[in-house]
Amino acid sequence: MTRYLAIFLTCARACLVRDMTFRANFILECVTSLGWMSMNLAFYLLIFQFTPEIGRGTGWSREPFFAFVATGLLINSIVQALFMPSAEELTEMVRSGGLDAVLVQPLDAQFMLSMHRVDFSSFANGFVGLGLLAWAVPRLDQPPSLLAWLLYPLLVLCGVAILYGLVIMLAAATILMGRNQSLYDFWFYLTNFSRYPAEIYAGPWGGPIRTVCTFVIPILLVVNVPARVIAQPLEGRAWGLVAAAVVAAIVSLVVSRFVFQAALAKYRSASS
Amino acid sequence: MTAPAPGSPMWAGLRTWWTMLSICLEERLVYRGDFALGTLMRFLPIVTQVFLWTAVFAASSRTDIAGYSRNDIVAYYLLTMLTRAFSSMPGLAGGIARSVRDGSVKKYLVQPVDYVSFLLAARIAHKLVYYVVAALPFAGVFWVCRGYFPPPPDAATIAACVVSLLLSFLLGFFMEATLGMLGFWFMEVSSIVFGYMLVQYLLSGHMFPIDMLAGIPSGLPGTSVADVVHWLPFEYTAYFPAAVWLGKIRGMELARALAIEAGWVLVMVVACRIAWRRGTRRYSAFGG
Repeated sequence: MTRYLAIFLTCARACLVRDMTFRANFILECVTSLGWMSMNLAFYLLIFQFTPEIGRGTGWSREPFFAFVATGLLINSIVQALFMPSAEELTEMVRSGGLDAVLVQPLDAQFMLSMHRVDFSSFANGFVGLGLLAWAVPRLDQPPSLLAWLLYPLLVLCGVAILYGLVIMLAAATILMGRNQSLYDFWFYLTNFSRYPAEIYAGPWGGPIRTVCTFVIPILLVVNVPARVIAQPLEGRAWGLVAAAVVAAIVSLVVSRFVFQAALAKYRSASS
Repeated sequence: MTAPAPGSPMWAGLRTWWTMLSICLEERLVYRGDFALGTLMRFLPIVTQVFLWTAVFAASSRTDIAGYSRNDIVAYYLLTMLTRAFSSMPGLAGGIARSVRDGSVKKYLVQPVDYVSFLLAARIAHKLVYYVVAALPFAGVFWVCRGYFPPPPDAATIAACVVSLLLSFLLGFFMEATLGMLGFWFMEVSSIVFGYMLVQYLLSGHMFPIDMLAGIPSGLPGTSVADVVHWLPFEYTAYFPAAVWLGKIRGMELARALAIEAGWVLVMVVACRIAWRRGTRRYSAFGG
């Protein structure tokens, strides 16, 4: 474990050195992601010009909703920074045969393929998320309890773990299919469902979507559970969701590990 | 009007255009499966928007927001998908800048083929293939969501909508092509393109109908942000054709907006030509 941590830190240091070599590009990338995020925040502010909350009686009024958005920013920035750059590179590695070089190393392939590249500029949104959280939480009608504050980082990590499992399964699909650019687009479109409170998925169409996105692909647990714990009273149904998030995180990690290993066993080198 | 005679310069020009178009059509059809899948997936974000606005309407107890009912909003988002299918030009500006950077643009300087015309033919081919392949997913989604649409508008409105869509294609093309031409002055235009995309996404009506900005003061006396946006080119690439179909813009207002759109197309055609002429004059051909 210590060895893997040391290797990860070495990789992260190398990525940071590379980012700082092209400092202007790094700043530009930070500005880029901050630009998109600001635009989304402007959109949410516009929505609250027309409604006191999102969904009748859901409790997602302006401040709780911005705590929700902040949580989403935090979780997504961690995934985008730590896992997505490596996963995006995998497509090309499988196609070109570069994956062979990783497989012959005396290291766990999943570790190397999912964590060897760190995109530090993606942390920018995470810092804004923290700032937004610091703005929203003191303005909540009911401040979060000490227990909620203790659970929050754990549930953020659960959200990261669920998304990590999804990334790994898509990476496994890449290995099996040789190339799957569309599936990475699918990742983007799928995570889009986690951007809003689960309560909005109601009615004859919304109900099934909510069920599938909670129990089959637990994307709705990623942001909803930690955000609910911090922004809404921790009682009744919330405890069931907390348990579901923890279970979903563990299952995601285990299943994705199994699928990834099965995909590697079927890998046939593309190089000569 | 008589058809151009074989052997005449106009005939030769038409043949060149047809050749460019058929080459690009063949290139595009290679990836038809990927195209169809990609098209269907692009509707997924709209699903979340539909639920979001349904929740907003449910909580606000309003029957309309900025003149849009819940059904209007859903129809609006679907129609902007159609509009964007005309006006979006993925990779155009970046492609032009790259051809300047790696030197491949110089073949258009020595061949009797106009670069902008070639790009336009390529883009028309790209769009034609896209419409053929995307017709089925689009028809499927629109049929499933037919209950959200108001009754079809009259023939004049449909004609205005079609004109606005064609103009939005030209506007999108010449705006992005002009941006790409900046590659003659700057090594890398990706940051400029990003800035453009950001403004475009916000002000085109892709995220929400521009009418929702009508209540926000612009800082100019008696003028809202929506009033300012109506004079800019961006909304004509997403909001305008959708709003025309939904009957939100009518009569003199519609005629005026069409004139503004046509004016912007003209401005961007001239800007693109000037950028090409000045850019090629200062261009030094590097690369093999």
